Amino acid sequence: MAESVRQLGALMRKEFLLEWRQRYALNGMLLYIVGAVVVCYLSFNARRGQLTPIVWNTLFWIIQLFTAINAIAKSFVQERAGRQLYYYTLASPQQIILSKILYNILLMLVLALLGFVVYAFVMGNPVNDMWLYVVTLLLGSVGFASSLTLVSGIASKAENSATLMAVLSFPIILPLLLMLIKLSKNAIDGLDRSTSWDEVGIVLAVDAIVVTLSWLLFPFLWRS
Amino acid sequence: MKKNWWKILSVLILTYVIFQGLLGKVPRQPILNESIRNVYFHVPLWFGMITLLLTSAVYSVRYLRSGRVDDDLVAVEFANTAILFGLLGCATGSLWANFTWNDPWPNDPKLNSVAVGMLMYMAYLILRGSFDDEQRRSRISAVYNIFAFAVFVPLIFIVPRLTDSLHPGNGGNPAFGKYDMDNNVRMVFYPAVIGFTLLGVWITELRVRLRRIKVILDD
Repeated sequence: MAESVRQLGALMRKEFLLEWRQRYALNGMLLYIVGAVVVCYLSFNARRGQLTPIVWNTLFWIIQLFTAINAIAKSFVQERAGRQLYYYTLASPQQIILSKILYNILLMLVLALLGFVVYAFVMGNPVNDMWLYVVTLLLGSVGFASSLTLVSGIASKAENSATLMAVLSFPIILPLLLMLIKLSKNAIDGLDRSTSWDEVGIVLAVDAIVVTLSWLLFPFLWRS
Repeated sequence: MKKNWWKILSVLILTYVIFQGLLGKVPRQPILNESIRNVYFHVPLWFGMITLLLTSAVYSVRYLRSGRVDDDLVAVEFANTAILFGLLGCATGSLWANFTWNDPWPNDPKLNSVAVGMLMYMAYLILRGSFDDEQRRSRISAVYNIFAFAVFVPLIFIVPRLTDSLHPGNGGNPAFGKYDMDNNVRMVFYPAVIGFTLLGVWITELRVRLRRIKVILDD
C-alpha cells in the first residue's frame, strides 16, 4: 500500500515536472480561458450585471467545458509512444491513470478558479452563496477531469484525435454538466443549502462511476 | 428447426400485436383517446433498445476478457440495431407527442437525454471508423462502448426522474401502468415487449452472420 502510494507520488511529480518544463502549454491554457472570457464579454457587449443569471451561469460553464476538453486532450499526446512504453514497464496501468486523473483534477481546479475570478471581474458577480459556488467549481473540476481523462486516452490512440476528443466527450460530459449548472444556479439564487444535497450526491456518484470505470478499463487501453 | 423456434414466436407475437393493437379494445382516457394504442409500439421499442444495448455492452466485456474478434462483431451489430430501434422509438414518440402534448418535440428531459444517448452511440460508430488496425479498433471501441453504457444508464433513468418531465413515471408523475392500463392492454403490451426484442435479436443475428461471412471471404 505504502509502496503504491509512493509510486503514485512519483508519477504525479513527473506530471508536474513535465508541465513545468513545457510552460508554454500551461500558459497557453491559462491564456485560453482568459481569452474565451474576454471574447464572450465583448461579444455580448454587456455592461456589468446586465446578463440574466441563467445566461451568466450557462455561459460560464460552457467556457469551462471547452477549456476542460482542450486542457485534458493533451494529457496523453504530449509524451512520445516510446516513453509511454517505458512508464508501463515501471508502474501498473492503474497507477498511471490515477496519477493522470489526479493531476488533471488539480489542473482543472486552477483553470476553474482563474476562469471564475476573471469572469466575475468582467461580467459582474450575481452569486449569493459564494461557498456553494466554489464547492460546485470543485466538484466540476473533479468530474471533468475524471471523465475526460479516459476519453482523451481513447482519442489519442486514433487518427484525427482532436475532432474525436470533442465528439466523444460532449455526450459523455452532458449529464454532469446539466447537474453542475443546476447546482450552481442554486448557489446563484442563494437557495437553502439543504435543497442542493441531492445534486451534490449525484455529481459525486457520477464521478465515482467514472473513476471506477477508468480504473477497470485503462489496462485494456494501454495494451494496444 | 429446433434453433429457429424463437423467430417463429417473434413473427406470431408481432402479428398478434399489430392486429390486436390496431383493432382490439382499449380503455378510453381523456387526452390520450385512441392514441393509447401507441403504447404497444413506442414503449416496447425503447425496452428493446435498452436490452440490445445491455447485450452489446456485455459482449464488449466478453471481448476484453477473451480477445475473440467475433465477440466484437456481435457487440457492434447489437449497437447498430439498438440505434435503429432508438430512431424508430423517437419517430413513434414524436407522432404520439404531436397528438397528446401538441408538439412533436417538447422540451422534455427524457427526450433530450435520449438525443444525447443517440449522439453517444453515433460517436461510437465514428470512433470505430477512425482506426485502420483491426485489433486496436476492436479493443478501443470495446472500452468506449462499456464506458458509454455506464453513462447512458444514469442519463436515461436518473436524470429525467429528478427534473420535471412530461413522461409518465418521471418527475413525480404516476407511472403509466398505474391508472391508464387495464388487463386488455397488458395482454398486448407484455407480448409486444418480448416480440420487439426478439425481432431486434433476429435483425442482429442476420447482420452478424453477414459480417462473419465477410471476415471469412477477406481471409
